[in-house]
Amino acid sequence: MVQLEHVTMQYPTGKKALDNVSLHINKGDFVFIVGSSGSGKTTLIKLLLKEINPTDGEIVVDGQQYSKLKRKEIPMLRRKIGVVFQNFRLLKDRTVFENVAFAQQVIERPMSEIRRQVPGTLTMVGLAKQYKQYPKELSGGEQQRVALARAIVNQPEIILADEPTGNLDPTNSLEIMRLLEDINKKGTTVVVVTHNKEIVNLMQKRVVTLKKGKIVSDEEKGGYKDED
Amino acid sequence: MKISTLGYSIKQGLKNIQRNLLFSLASVGTMIACLFLFGIFYSIILNMEHEVKDIQSSLKVSVFFDEGASEEQIAQIGTEIMKLENIANMNYISADVAWKGYIEDVYQGDNEYVNSVFGDDNPLANSSSYEISLKDVSRQDVTVKQLEAISGVRKVNSSDGTAKALSALIKLLSYISIGVIAILLLVSLFLISNTITIGISVRKEEIAIMKLIGAKDIFVRAPFLVEGVFIGLIGSLIPLIIMYFVYNAMTGYLAAHFELIANMVQFVTVGEVFKGLAPISILMGVGVGFFGSLLTTHKHLRV
Repeated sequence: MVQLEHVTMQYPTGKKALDNVSLHINKGDFVFIVGSSGSGKTTLIKLLLKEINPTDGEIVVDGQQYSKLKRKEIPMLRRKIGVVFQNFRLLKDRTVFENVAFAQQVIERPMSEIRRQVPGTLTMVGLAKQYKQYPKELSGGEQQRVALARAIVNQPEIILADEPTGNLDPTNSLEIMRLLEDINKKGTTVVVVTHNKEIVNLMQKRVVTLKKGKIVSDEEKGGYKDED
Repeated sequence: MKISTLGYSIKQGLKNIQRNLLFSLASVGTMIACLFLFGIFYSIILNMEHEVKDIQSSLKVSVFFDEGASEEQIAQIGTEIMKLENIANMNYISADVAWKGYIEDVYQGDNEYVNSVFGDDNPLANSSSYEISLKDVSRQDVTVKQLEAISGVRKVNSSDGTAKALSALIKLLSYISIGVIAILLLVSLFLISNTITIGISVRKEEIAIMKLIGAKDIFVRAPFLVEGVFIGLIGSLIPLIIMYFVYNAMTGYLAAHFELIANMVQFVTVGEVFKGLAPISILMGVGVGFFGSLLTTHKHLRV
């Protein structure tokens, strides 16, 4: 599903955010990408979303070679990827329903489908009753669940979660992880970038550890490796 | 683009204007000022062109024939003349008609005196001619040369100086109007672009999310294009309405209070002015709005 072949990302300053990284993620996998700040986690997310292009190497997602993608093909690629951000990135002037519906509107789904799809997704993340509320009226955990609902409403093949528990307490963090696990069980590939040690250790999933732009370990049912 | 998307874009475009009301009003205001000024220039130029055309239509070129030319030869010359491209119409002035006209002009129709001096003689016996009106006076030089080249033509009289002066005046007016329009267009374009840039910066986060979710470029751009077009449309309709009343009032006032102007100038009707002004103004307003937005979104919305 996701392949990185000898990917290097060097910024104009000369700093290598990723250095010759090769990584294979199969369809239906649940993978944690862990590492401290500056290890290259965020760069990896940006590369997968094709916000930036690698200076070397090739990325393939669902059979699509990024180096051969035309500009107009990028939106279609991104529709296969649902993103969850650390700081939720919800639209403050829109209700919970509108925030989730927004994801469908921008990919030009018909209104009838939006009316059918959004309530179901909100029920799935446990926010069916809060659909009229605005983000500021919700707790951090609830806001992240709205963000998760927005990421999954278009039924993407991959979920990319960038520090989804970064702003949450342990209980809410666990709830979000359980939701991601449920989504994964339905066949969606889930990639979670995090430095939440407890969650990683608790979930017992595949863990890829990045350090200074290189993969230093890749373990099935692994744990969080403390850096020396 | 789907109909539902079009509806969404229009709604969002109008929301953009509402959110960014102050800058939108500033853009509309500037557009109004620009297009109102354009309307004034357009009306002045149209009226002047109208006058110039009036004068032009009264300018004639006279073609005289070789002495002793037969009626057949004169008719043949007439056929040759009508083949030329720049000829609007042509009248044959016989020697008798020419002499009668001369008596009218020079002797104020005093036939008694003329008879006492000239008797039955016609001093203009060899001065029958074709009197020609040209379609385009600025090309008079070329046409005169073509006329002179026709076999049997002795002489061609033309009011060269007047024609050239009039052509130069029209050219000058055209250059001034093009210059003014170009400057006004640039000012409007800049302001609309500014407004759209502010609109984009206000919605930066929303746009970034849209792009990451998989919105196509056109979906992201469309609301801003709607915003630009709407600003342009409002900015062109308001000055047209103002112009309608101002033009009527001004021409009425000038005709009523300034006898000299009223005698010299026949004002073009407001209907005639608007036949050209309305579509040009709307096209300019909408065009500037659309292209201002297009250029700005192209610059700021590349991901």
